[in-house]
Amino acid sequence: MKNKQKNFAQSRSLRNISTHYCPGCGHGIAHRLIAETIDELGIREKVIAVAPVGCAVIAYDYWDFDCSEAAHGRAMAVATAIKRVRPQNIVFTYQGDGDLAAIGTNETIHAANRGENISVVFINNAIYGMTGGQMAPTTLLGQKTATTLSGRDARLQGHPLKISEMLAVLPGVKFVERVSLHSPQEVMKTKKAVHQIFKNQIDNLGFSLVEILSPCPTYWGISPKGALEWIRDVMSKEFPLGRIK
Amino acid sequence: MTGNEAIAEGAIQAGCDFYAGYPITPQNELTAYMAKEMPRKTRVFIQAESEIAAINMVFGAAAAGARAMTSSSSPGISLKQEGISYLAGAQLPAVIVNIMRGGPGLGNIMPSQADYFQATRGGGHGDYHCPVLAPSSVQEAYDLMFLSFELADKYRNPVMILGDGMLGQMMEPLCVRRSAFGVRRYKKPWALTGCRGRRPNVVKSFFIREGDLETFNLLLQKKYHTIRREEQRWEGLFLEDARVVVVAYGTMARIAKSAVVNLRKAGRRVGLIRPVTLWPFPVEAFENSVKLKAQSAKRPRYLVLEMSYGQMVEDVKLTLNGRATIEFLGRSGGGVPGEREIEKQILKLLS
Ligand SMILES: Cc1ncc(C[n+]2csc(CCOP(=O)(O)OP(=O)(O)O)c2C)c(N)n1
Ligand code: SF4
Repeated sequence: MKNKQKNFAQSRSLRNISTHYCPGCGHGIAHRLIAETIDELGIREKVIAVAPVGCAVIAYDYWDFDCSEAAHGRAMAVATAIKRVRPQNIVFTYQGDGDLAAIGTNETIHAANRGENISVVFINNAIYGMTGGQMAPTTLLGQKTATTLSGRDARLQGHPLKISEMLAVLPGVKFVERVSLHSPQEVMKTKKAVHQIFKNQIDNLGFSLVEILSPCPTYWGISPKGALEWIRDVMSKEFPLGRIK
Repeated sequence: MTGNEAIAEGAIQAGCDFYAGYPITPQNELTAYMAKEMPRKTRVFIQAESEIAAINMVFGAAAAGARAMTSSSSPGISLKQEGISYLAGAQLPAVIVNIMRGGPGLGNIMPSQADYFQATRGGGHGDYHCPVLAPSSVQEAYDLMFLSFELADKYRNPVMILGDGMLGQMMEPLCVRRSAFGVRRYKKPWALTGCRGRRPNVVKSFFIREGDLETFNLLLQKKYHTIRREEQRWEGLFLEDARVVVVAYGTMARIAKSAVVNLRKAGRRVGLIRPVTLWPFPVEAFENSVKLKAQSAKRPRYLVLEMSYGQMVEDVKLTLNGRATIEFLGRSGGGVPGEREIEKQILKLLS
């Protein structure tokens, strides 16, 4: 997909190149919303992003500001240190559900609990994209994946992990909202929430996270349009949208 | 001061801006010292939730241009290996201290030198090396902290300090002095500081395009070649006329040294090579000593001493490559070869 789309102007923080994402993937939209927000807040030259290991591993090729890699799951530990060393900068992580809520759960909970003044963009697509469609901690019950061939079974694999709700109970956490990319209206709400997590950091309010329900048509095995409907009709029932804290 | 505290104070004097660690015996005094002193100097101290978090915090701090450090002991260092590999792959400077304890597994908290292979062969995945410095006294532990940060910044590479529980806990007088070369602050145009007035920087170890990773590895190899050539360090004692050369590092070298000195007093021709850099291994010290011995008719003899069942001895064998007789004496799991035992072994080799 080209970043230039009819109803959006090119943003300064986004490079005008094609991404490697599949058709109908949510990552490209999320990248754009972040880039636009950064431009609107005028903080491009202050931003330091921390990219995940997952489909968005080369997000730094698409964004046009400073960016660090982090080992799979460790983005918040990396971001913690960057922010502590350079509090004048604006530091955010961008992480998938495997990165943030499976291998990196410990780093996630403790960065949140320390109330690190960072912004977190959490892409929940209920699957492991990069490694070929295996079960994620957020995979729905009954959802078929490469490692849950007859669907996720609560007795064997547990229930979908609601990490955002878990984080919301921590006193160090300032802001948690779950949003979705399944319709233009929801994309606008997502944009508002993304704006908020950066604004909170600028105002020194502490740990702020936005969870974005994001389509992965490729490993959900449905069309891009079907994927948006699945978020609306199924996924958002398990992961209710709205402000959590 | 204890060795652990001397390392912490050395790091602070060497301009360490950031420390993250997770408690583990026998290096807790180091973390505690940093917890007390770093905030006083408005530098960053974080007690991390795990060694994995700590090393990745070090990654972040180093990426942002800070002099960053972590410390741990054997099991914790095992946990850090992925992070150390990422540091090497992203060419980030950092210092990692391993105050070794007995292994494998949870082992015990007794001093040990059983992590030599892990330290000198890279430790984590991929084709990389870290310079490894092995102090054998409290003062040297302090002094080497300047060198470790210097080497890290100079080569943009993680550097490891390899001590053991005995060195960490040992009390000795310490002279808190500046280093001979001062504290050089390197320019870091690659660091993440926000892209004001320049193109964005990216810190990464990922090379997806075909061929790029091979090119990058060749660049790393060139760097390691330079380090091997420029940075070998060791202490040599009585090597001019030694018929038997003892080889030992760290705490083991202290015991070895007193055995060697005792036997010298008794007129025995024995010497000592104490590697200070374990990687790069000080092959020059051996080349020199082999040359000296080539003048005598007898085949040169070396006795390698370790608090392990034989790890550094492999580097000695690789270095001498069949040109000398090499004997080994070692104990592990908390056992330490004693002075008498060492003297007896040396005398046997002399006869
Ligand atoms: C230590 C380690 N374990 C496993 C992997 C393999 N791996 C790469 S990405 C990934 C999960 C990706 O899923 P997610 O975080 O949900 O991101 P997505 O690709 O769906 O955007 C895994 C398991 C790795 N790179 N490193
Ligand atoms: S696999 Fe899924 S998450 Fe990854 S790029 Fe394709 S659609 Fe996006």
